[in-house]
Parts: sequence; structure tokens; C-alpha cells
Amino acid sequence: MKARVTVMLKAGVLDVQGEAVRHALGTLGFAGVNGVRQGKVIELDLAETDVAKATATVNAMCDKLLANAVIESYRVEIL
Amino acid sequence: MKAAVITFPGSNCDRDLAVAFERAGFEVARVWHKDTALPAGVDVVGVPGGFSFGDYLRCGAIAAQSPIAAAIQAHATRGGYVLGICNGFQVLTEMQLLPGALMRNAGLKFICKTVGLKVATTDSAFTSGYAKGQDIAVPVAHHDGNYTIDAEGLKALQGEDRIAFTYRQNPNGAMADIAGVLSANRRVLGMMPHPERVVDLQHGGADGATLFASLMGGMALA
Repeated sequence: MKARVTVMLKAGVLDVQGEAVRHALGTLGFAGVNGVRQGKVIELDLAETDVAKATATVNAMCDKLLANAVIESYRVEIL
Repeated sequence: MKAAVITFPGSNCDRDLAVAFERAGFEVARVWHKDTALPAGVDVVGVPGGFSFGDYLRCGAIAAQSPIAAAIQAHATRGGYVLGICNGFQVLTEMQLLPGALMRNAGLKFICKTVGLKVATTDSAFTSGYAKGQDIAVPVAHHDGNYTIDAEGLKALQGEDRIAFTYRQNPNGAMADIAGVLSANRRVLGMMPHPERVVDLQHGGADGATLFASLMGGMALA
């Protein structure tokens, strides 16, 4: 079973890299980009076959390591 | 007094930190990250700068899960002193021994230069040798030193006089110009600037030596 974790900076936390990307897009002539948020995607290949158990485990992984709750939020998808 | 300096794969200020402790009179033990215990009788743990585990995932995140981390956590919980510098500060926030987080510098560039700091509190064993408000010059060398904390946390730091150092001219966008913070019991200090790089006048300054000397003289027994 595969899982995909998307980690993003929380709303309200200034994303300086996203802002730099937005600025660069403007420089390239892409008008109308009101905002860019940059995050990361982590794909996990799991031995678990039960969706509920896998979800719980991946949530625990996010809380313990994959995301920093001070500045980041995460979303777990079981694929 | 006994200090332990931790080395992670990618640490690069561990030797300098050990020398700074030694010059202040500490007996220093070097500890590998895979060790599960600190040497007996350690008074202060130094978590050095560098790029532990290549800054993979987030700066300090992997180091915070290393075998020695549990021993550092236990040392701090029983009232032991911990000093985290640069990447060490990032590790201590990832271990939740200190509040907040260190994000990418607002200017997105790696900054390596000497900066002016203000000693914001002298109420700690680390800073008692300075004068309150004293100007000191200490180098920074980081890509992720932009200190961030929620409004409530910032209020607590300010209300409890737990901001140890602030930047005179903010180089990295850190909230409230914060360069270093103390734990609630004032025995854990994390700071982005490198005091261990200014303990010898022949290296361009000695403002950092006061921190190690203060600690040597001012630690209560844990």
C-alpha cells in the first residue's frame, strides 16, 4: 500500500521560498500569479494492507518526524 | 565542571565548541550521536553547529531522533544545562526542548558574517557575565536562522525574559530580532550566532568567551 504525505507551511507562516518563486514567475512574464506556496511531497511504500491502520501509522509518522507542527501542516492520502 | 559535545554526521563546529569549553576550564567529553548515554557527571551538553544529516527533511530533524537525543532530553528534564549553537539550536527546537522553529532566511541566502548582538537578559548561567544590553560581536553562518514562533509563544518568551540575545540589525528575518532563546527553567540556551568562534582575540574577537566563562562559574548543580 502506498501513502502520499503533503507537507505545507501553515497558513499565516510567511513562505519566503514561495514568494521568491512567485516573483520569478512574474519576471518570466506569467502575469496574475497572486500567490505561491511551496511544500514537499513524501511517498511511502508500506507493508500494511489495512487502510485505517496505515492512515493512523502515517499520521503518527507525521507528528513525530515528517512535519514540524510549529510551522507545518500535513495531509495524508492512502493510494 | 564537565561538558559533553555531541557529534552528528555533518557536524562541523564540534571541535571548536570543545575547545571553547576547555578554554573556560571544562573537562570535555566528545560523544557520538549513536551513543545512548552521556558520560557520568556531565553538567552541560553542547550541541554544535554544522549540517547534521545534510539538513535532510528539515534542519536538525533527523539529529533530533538520533540515539543520543533521548539522553539529552533526560539530561534537560532533570535540570541539566544544554547549549545548542546554530544547527544545535535547530536540533533543540526539533526536540522541543526550546519553543519555535528556524525557517529559511528571509533573503533566501546563506549568511556568513559577524553581526552585532544585544545581550537581552543576564538572568541565566550563560549570560550572567555580560552586562544587560551589552553590545557584542559574534559571527553567524546559516541558511535557516529565521526564528519563528506563534504570537502566544512570543509573548511568553518576552514576558518571562527568555530572549537571551537579539540582533542589532536583523540579518535573517527572525521574529522580534531573536538570535537566542532560553528554556522555561533558563538552563537550555539555543542561539544561531557562534560564540565558540570568538573565544580568542587572535581569531578576531573574544566576546563569546564570556558565555563559556559565565557558564563555568554560574551553573547550579543539576
